[in-house]
Amino acid sequence: MQDSPTPATLASAIADLLKREFLPNLTDHLAFQTRVAINALDLIARQTSTQAATDAAECARLVALLKHEGALAELNAELARKIADGELDLATPGLAEHLWATTLEKLAVDQPNYASYRAEIARK
Amino acid sequence: MQAETHAREDAPSFADGLAAVVRRVVPGVERLDRLSRLSGGASQETWSLTGVGSAGARKMILRRAPATQPPVVDKASLETEAALMRALKEAGGPSPNVLYVLQPEDRIGRGFLMDHVEGEALGRRIVRDEAFAHARTVLTSQLAEALARIHNLDPTRLPPLARRTAAEEFAQMVASYREHSAPRPVCELAIRWLAQHMPPEPAPRVAHGDFRTGNYIADANGLAAVLDWELAHLGNPARDLGWLCVNSWRFGGIDKPVGGLGAREDLLAAYAKAGGGRVTMEELLFWEVFGTLRWGVMCIGMGARAQQSDRPVELSMIGRRTSETEIDLLRLLSPRT
Repeated sequence: MQDSPTPATLASAIADLLKREFLPNLTDHLAFQTRVAINALDLIARQTSTQAATDAAECARLVALLKHEGALAELNAELARKIADGELDLATPGLAEHLWATTLEKLAVDQPNYASYRAEIARK
Repeated sequence: MQAETHAREDAPSFADGLAAVVRRVVPGVERLDRLSRLSGGASQETWSLTGVGSAGARKMILRRAPATQPPVVDKASLETEAALMRALKEAGGPSPNVLYVLQPEDRIGRGFLMDHVEGEALGRRIVRDEAFAHARTVLTSQLAEALARIHNLDPTRLPPLARRTAAEEFAQMVASYREHSAPRPVCELAIRWLAQHMPPEPAPRVAHGDFRTGNYIADANGLAAVLDWELAHLGNPARDLGWLCVNSWRFGGIDKPVGGLGAREDLLAAYAKAGGGRVTMEELLFWEVFGTLRWGVMCIGMGARAQQSDRPVELSMIGRRTSETEIDLLRLLSPRT
């Protein structure tokens, strides 16, 4: 077990520093690059604080869909292959639910302000 | 390298050369007042300039590539872009007034000069700002009419355009995804769906190739000018209609599928009425799914190039926007009830 602060806390602290101390003093081009860097640090903070739980949940759904154990990346690749081959499709029980859950978990990290994502989580 | 340096010393400076061109081809202009670079990557530049003289001040735009820049395969040249803009204007469509196409003897590269068009090109503002409230009520039909005009341009009176079929472009898109991405079940679902719904290839028409909110200028009255013709080609006209509806170009106005502005049914009705032809909702859905996956694959490609580029953070973050297209593909193919 590593000591605190967590990577998420550190990334957020760097993002805050850039926002408060750097951004107001930068010219257009550097301000743009710095905003991108802040967004990336915020993404890191979101991902590191949720990934263990979402990976485990995704893996459990894949085991149920594919009916065998395995590592997440291998199970995901197998699902992709079976969809490509037409062996599994939207009529397969649980497939649509799995794709939706996995995609919403990605958006929560990648782009939580994306309008489609906001609309879908408001639906819940 | 030696020859290039020599050529540069020999050539007039860009600003002097441009001023000479403007004096020669734009009546009433004696000198350039302001010259500033607006945007663009290494290959294509956009410059804003103001000419002043007896006719007063005249704002103009120069689209330009350095003469040393090799032409990009599959993209329309700047000369072709200028010809398309002129053709649309002659057909009565909303297009900037092209003043002059640069010639080799001008020695300031390739490109063309046009009058500045007042208005807004930023999609976010067009879709959200109060200043465009009226424009938004008319833009859907105006965009449909502009597309009908574009699709009815006579290709035999234009420079040669690349031919693109749905099947070829689909195959390229799938190959690019497989090369650059880890497996993505949602993309596989879309790829299979597209393969099963591939439309018959119609007689090719002139197509804009990148017709979307963000690539036209709007003012308070609606559509002022269609821009960004570099992906113009001969192909399926329904592709332009579908690309306009891709959620990535709605700038948050997600309940208005036509570029964040209007309804799909209204787009198709206005397009047919303007003489574009009949496009069904099924065809439009095909091209919307196609366009959504296409933007996703472009994000994947940019993310994959990030570490070799001079802006790795920016491109990596674009790569992480691929999931935006995955949620939009699911909303199209497997909507939750």
